[in-house]
Amino acid sequence: MTRIDPRRNYDKTREEVGYVDRRLATLNDYKRIGFMSGLEVHQQLKTGSKLFCRCPAGILHDHDDYDAEVIRHMRPTLSEMGVYDGTALMEFRTRKEITYRINNRTACTYEVDDTPPFPIDNEALDIAIKIALAARMNIVGEVHITRKQYLDGSIPTGFQRSAIIGVEGYLQLKNKKVRLIQLSLEEDSCREVSDIGHKRVYKTDRLGMPLIETVTYPDCLTPEELAEAAEYIRFLNRSTGLVRTGMGAAREDVNVSCEGGTRVEIKGVAHIKWIPELSHNEAFRQFALLNIRTRLRKLIGDPEAWSLKTREITEEEKEYHFTPVREALDRGEKVYALNLTGCRGILSHFTQPGRIFADEISDRLKVIACIEKPNMIHSEEIGDVNFNSLFPEVAIWLSAAPDDAQIILWGPEADIPTALETITERIRLAMDGVPNETRKAFEDGTTMFERVLPGRDRMYPDTDSQPIPVTTQMLESLGHNLPVDISSRILQMKQWGIPEDAWHYLLSKNLVEMVERIGNELGYDFREVGIMIGHRFRNLEGRNKVAKGFSYQRLYDMYAFMKKEGLLPPVARLMLPGVVASVDPDFKTVIAATGYNPATLQEIKAEVKELAGKYDEICYNNDETACVNWVMGQIHMKAIGTMRLAGVRKEVSDILENRDK
Amino acid sequence: MGEDFFQGYRGRALAVLKKYNVRVWGQTEVETTRGLFKGTVLPRSENNDDLHIVIKIETGYNIGIDISTIITMTETGYNKANYKIPEKEFPYSDDKPNVKLFGTGGTIASRLDYRTGAVIPAFSPGELYGAVPELADVCNIRTEKLFAVFSENMGPDQYKFLATSIGKEIASGIDGIMIGHGTDTLHHTAAALSFMVQDSPVPIILVGSQRSSDRPSSDAALNLIHASTAAGHGDIAEVMVCMFGPTSDEYGFLHRGTRVRKMHSSYRSTFRTIGDIPVATVRRGEVRPIKQDYNPRRSDRNVKIMPYFDENVAMVYFYPHMKADMIHSLIDNGYKGIIIVGTGLGHVNRELYPALERAQKENVAVYMTLQTIWGYVHMFVYETGRDMMAKGVIPLGNMLPEVAWVKLGWALGQTNDLEEVKKIMLTPVNDEITEREPYNGYLVYQGGVPEVEEFIRKVHK
Repeated sequence: MTRIDPRRNYDKTREEVGYVDRRLATLNDYKRIGFMSGLEVHQQLKTGSKLFCRCPAGILHDHDDYDAEVIRHMRPTLSEMGVYDGTALMEFRTRKEITYRINNRTACTYEVDDTPPFPIDNEALDIAIKIALAARMNIVGEVHITRKQYLDGSIPTGFQRSAIIGVEGYLQLKNKKVRLIQLSLEEDSCREVSDIGHKRVYKTDRLGMPLIETVTYPDCLTPEELAEAAEYIRFLNRSTGLVRTGMGAAREDVNVSCEGGTRVEIKGVAHIKWIPELSHNEAFRQFALLNIRTRLRKLIGDPEAWSLKTREITEEEKEYHFTPVREALDRGEKVYALNLTGCRGILSHFTQPGRIFADEISDRLKVIACIEKPNMIHSEEIGDVNFNSLFPEVAIWLSAAPDDAQIILWGPEADIPTALETITERIRLAMDGVPNETRKAFEDGTTMFERVLPGRDRMYPDTDSQPIPVTTQMLESLGHNLPVDISSRILQMKQWGIPEDAWHYLLSKNLVEMVERIGNELGYDFREVGIMIGHRFRNLEGRNKVAKGFSYQRLYDMYAFMKKEGLLPPVARLMLPGVVASVDPDFKTVIAATGYNPATLQEIKAEVKELAGKYDEICYNNDETACVNWVMGQIHMKAIGTMRLAGVRKEVSDILENRDK
Repeated sequence: MGEDFFQGYRGRALAVLKKYNVRVWGQTEVETTRGLFKGTVLPRSENNDDLHIVIKIETGYNIGIDISTIITMTETGYNKANYKIPEKEFPYSDDKPNVKLFGTGGTIASRLDYRTGAVIPAFSPGELYGAVPELADVCNIRTEKLFAVFSENMGPDQYKFLATSIGKEIASGIDGIMIGHGTDTLHHTAAALSFMVQDSPVPIILVGSQRSSDRPSSDAALNLIHASTAAGHGDIAEVMVCMFGPTSDEYGFLHRGTRVRKMHSSYRSTFRTIGDIPVATVRRGEVRPIKQDYNPRRSDRNVKIMPYFDENVAMVYFYPHMKADMIHSLIDNGYKGIIIVGTGLGHVNRELYPALERAQKENVAVYMTLQTIWGYVHMFVYETGRDMMAKGVIPLGNMLPEVAWVKLGWALGQTNDLEEVKKIMLTPVNDEITEREPYNGYLVYQGGVPEVEEFIRKVHK
């Protein structure tokens, strides 16, 4: 039997799949694999309280800053339609013991499910309706609180209270429309402290904070479009000024599929800039899984009849005590050698950059069977440390056929049955194609299995709360002051002549409105103000020159001050560093500190004459331009707020000319 | 009667559904002034208004549509939900004890009720096994649904019927009994069974849940597992309540049926033994006694069933400036016994005295218990106490008010001779009055105290 070269197999399968680096990928590549994707954007709302209790929202704690702990286990329950949800059953198999850390400042008995919900926070409801209106959605007549099951323990009740506010809206991107499925108002989940073996620890500070989830149709056909849609939703949310910003305040779930694949959800993507790489790799992972399916179907006759062949490696089988096996036995764990019929070349098949199909199995062993990694070795390892040369012996011991692959897995005895089930299930799923799952995102653009993708069967009406009517009056009062649409904002900035590289910043910080107000109310030029904020101020912010707690309103105040003093826009550039250095700047002091000394037109003209005389004294040639430049240099700081420099220059030239006559 | 196609809808909303010929469970498309909505029409809770129609949209969420915004709607299909816990036959094995589970209702097993929008009890061994398969590892369970009522609707008739049913099961050789019960009056029933079923040779365990079993974090499963362990394997043959010790999923307590009380409206650890310590803990298949003086399991079948109850017993929670007419009206209405829940050591105001005198004259039994919950009635300390005793009010030591009410009903169900009643009331059946209160029988610590906080941080709540 010829030994497989896993490294070559990886490269070969990568080629078979036609994987391309994202930077080199073209529209045709995405068309070829049938890239399709959409988003679920989570955005925390800026409210004083949590959604269903009166604990303060927005206060976060360190892992060890807690007053008490509560332990829970989750069990699957029936949905309203009378069926169990697939994820629920999987999570139940994992048998996790979940510990919640409670800090008295941020959690009450509601968070740990010892008190029923209090009435919904009206502030949050209003914000959600406002954003749904801004997204042009059909607003429901009555808000029904629904329980969405989460058995991973991230919510102590085992479900998230969530309610639809609107359905069917759309976003106008630069070149296309992305349709929205729905917008819901829901409570945020716990933050994970640790997850090792059968024990998972959460803290409850973030739990219960109001957030909205905006769900798009899978209308994005390239990773770039997807990132653009994410940006637009973020801009839209922020344009209300009513949402939280900063770490973790906005999180994206990315839904991706390729032609023939399945919707896979990449959870909790913290940065929009990660989206293109993650979605690109996921689409190709699915394409790779489809290739695996084709290969398996060729090698395996009857998928139904497929099963694992297992043999326990005990203390007696010394010849198979490779280092990790020996270590597992020493820990008192059980070790099994498995034969995977027809899986030769599958384990080292490319799935993602630097990942192979065996990783899919190992990931599931960690998540479902709760066996920490490393939890297995196999006959097609790619890493430098591998036992590939020893596996032929294992194959013989298992009476394997040439087309088979082998795995050695280990773990606590109680977890072995689930582990074996998990592997069988994953291979069966591979013969089927792409399993429905949610995946965890990594910074390098790859993902790993997190859960089976929950479906609509996990929904259940919340019997603890009453429906809330959304009356026409409510819609009228919430709808009269809606933020300007993002595409209109972009058009505005274009018309004002604000350079494109300032748009993103102005939109993401919701500062276009500020530019508009300064322009409209104070009469300053939109373009100059836009550049001042979108370039100059952003630069200061980026270099940490802006005082903590500095309010953007101060920028408006600065221009108002300038207007009162009759100063021209360029003064803003002088003042800005001083203004942003403190939370409550005194503009007079700031301007004095810049060395700017405002002068009247008369004073400037007089001084130009004087300077011209001076220039004559020190000049050594008769170059007119040099004279003008020198005078300009001298007068610049005085004139900047009174006259446009072009005007000053003209004045200077005129005076000099007249003087010569 | 034919099928109700418009479950829960009434008035204007019903008229709209009829007008467009759309049924509950019908898939529908609704055109409104707020846009188009698609989904399945769901039943509506009767208590909600008649201005909205509820639909489940494709993503599984429910929404309401304001009927005043509806332009038109059509039914495009029909898909009725079948809400049913999978039924599996409960497995039997010879080496496991036989336990009988009586169902009375409550949240121990429940499902969604569209009529009220709340959860209603559901119960069968098959459903139970489908929901909590671990029970089969503990014992063989047979179930019998005696009633399906919320615990606040339990009363004397149910107590008597339960006691008789328990008697029959014991006679036929059962190893233990469980009673599934709503939690609100779980302790009333526990007291009633403590008096009506005496000298039981097997454990009689009342169990409920504070979170309905339709929630993933429900305490129902663990409570059932604990209760079946106590009933099938435990050595303590008494009427006891088995519920969470801490609010965490860790262990359960067995509380004596006469000393237990629900102390929090929603906590899982709501049941507490008052004025004493719990009888035992149950954890991972093991009953570990805390108290040593319990009635051990026996192999004989000599149980005394005493299903008596006179319903003409009232309980009066005293408040300042209470008028005598409160007592007079009870006497006028033929009540034969009154439990007063008095202040402090067991007091009421002077304004009640004439009514108490009348009660004494007209042969109405009046007993005193405490609002303080913990502690003993002590009517010798102040003059008012002595005045009242002179007027025939009998102190009940540290008997809990609810237990006193149950016991007086039970005593008057046996005799009208007030001397006899007094003897019954003051002779404890199973610790409803204890001779002494241990120092650790009253532990209500206050948060904020450093050493208490330190303790709370260390142990699981």
